[in-house]
Amino acid sequence: MSVTAIENGRRQFDYWATVYKRTWKGSLVSSFLLPLLYLAAMGIGLGSFVDENGTGALGGVSYLQYIAPGLLAATALQIAVGESTYPVMGGIKWQKFYFSMIATPLRPADVMYGQLAFIAFRVFTTCAVFTAVIAAFGGLASPLGLLGLPVALLVGMAASAPVCAVATRLDNDSGFAMIYRFGVVPAFLFSGAFFPVSQLPNWIEWLAYLSPLWHAVELSRDLSLNTVELLPALGNLAYLAAWFAVGTWFAVRGLTRRLIS
Amino acid sequence: MRARGLRKSYGDFEAVAGIDLDVRKGEAFGFLGPNGAGKSSTMRMIGAVSPISGGVLRILGMDPATDGPVIRARLGVCPQDDTLDTELSVHENLTVYGRYFGLSRAECRERADELLTFVALTEKAKEKVDELSGGMKRRLTIARSLVSKPDLLLLDEPTTGLDPQARHLLWDKLFRLKQSGVTLIITTHYMDEAEQLCDRLVVMDGGRIAAEGSPAELIRDYSTREVTELRFGPDVMSADHDALAGKVEDLAQRIEVLPDRLLLYTDDGERAVAAVHERGLEPAAVLVRRSTLEDVFLRLTGRTLVD
Repeated sequence: MSVTAIENGRRQFDYWATVYKRTWKGSLVSSFLLPLLYLAAMGIGLGSFVDENGTGALGGVSYLQYIAPGLLAATALQIAVGESTYPVMGGIKWQKFYFSMIATPLRPADVMYGQLAFIAFRVFTTCAVFTAVIAAFGGLASPLGLLGLPVALLVGMAASAPVCAVATRLDNDSGFAMIYRFGVVPAFLFSGAFFPVSQLPNWIEWLAYLSPLWHAVELSRDLSLNTVELLPALGNLAYLAAWFAVGTWFAVRGLTRRLIS
Repeated sequence: MRARGLRKSYGDFEAVAGIDLDVRKGEAFGFLGPNGAGKSSTMRMIGAVSPISGGVLRILGMDPATDGPVIRARLGVCPQDDTLDTELSVHENLTVYGRYFGLSRAECRERADELLTFVALTEKAKEKVDELSGGMKRRLTIARSLVSKPDLLLLDEPTTGLDPQARHLLWDKLFRLKQSGVTLIITTHYMDEAEQLCDRLVVMDGGRIAAEGSPAELIRDYSTREVTELRFGPDVMSADHDALAGKVEDLAQRIEVLPDRLLLYTDDGERAVAAVHERGLEPAAVLVRRSTLEDVFLRLTGRTLVD
């Protein structure tokens, strides 16, 4: 990023800070409540049942400790996608505030970077609180599990950037339902957050490997359970970074085309 | 601002088909034209947010293709849609916007206070944009376009949809801005607005410039000094209008037959009325008025609806 891009990012700070001040209370409930419910139902409810029958297949840790890192990553993904759909389309189509932004020295790329930075902030703060809740429930198998937080941020952005890219290319919001139905929900259920993907039929297992969420779940679980190996971990990181980088490129291009015509 | 052979096309559609323009510093310049005439496309090119498809365009002496951000730093833009942020308060809409131009927070607050006074919205400063009336939103959008103290202000249909009170208030504000040396470029399809605000204007139609000049020059060149309107009452059918027109057409430089009346374009309306009576015609109602830009506009762009 050039010096101009950084300066233009700084110029948007007050805007996003003001937006956050006005919306954080509402987003608090929706973004913390759902994962908390999952944590209680799956980790503690289902977990006590699983734990009674022995967790050798899970590597000997409690079910709560097994799913907590994955649940954090999955939460990051959900928040990121939510922040990359309607808000982005609103900037283009409904409130059109992106158009007012590019009537200033800001360029479409600056606007996209600003939007992504705000999404990163939302993902990070939500996940930070969620991590604290997990720790309080005893869901972190080791202190290294705290590194699940940066991993959550990374998977959030790996999902956010491509979804922003799609949002800049859609004419109406009906496409978002498809993203949830065929992207977010299957990823949430089948990316290894709740059970090892090796349990799945072979072809679904391979689909799971394509999902950025699987890589984040693997990495943050390995960190938490202290079973991390360098090469696979670097592979996971590189895969997530690639989704973010390619997604960002398409998002900037999509927004530029939409705003500059 | 200078344009030579400026063109803008979207695919096969040519929105702006080669126009030449010069707007001088401190001038109020207007674009008049029906919907789809190419006004907004031209404005977006001047606003340095829409690449030109052909010709030459210089804004504040710079090329928007290479100096877009530098140009935009010195422009104020009041778009056709308000594009205000409805999540933010009235005051925040201004302060946040000032930051995009690199103003300090203190400067932004000071400017926002001044501008809210200027557009008479100080009492609404803390309210959300959603709670404002259409006229207030428009005034806020204009205030926002002034946050950066622009040298050139672009106003795309600034008073469309406003009630007469709000329009007159806005004209007053714009007139004061012009007096303070800001160059104004305005699009409108209100003739009275163009007459009130513009030193010079162009009438656009189908992506081209149909006429150019001051309001007075345009009236002189494309209409007559006065217009005599003759109404013959509801019993007289349009077919009869054509016959009646034949009887009086030599009394005017130009005559227009409408479903309900005849328009006689002449330099001396009263004399035309007298002559009509001398020929034994008894119109039910007679109106002699001065030509307006509206006459020019309709003559140049026709009476047919464009969309």
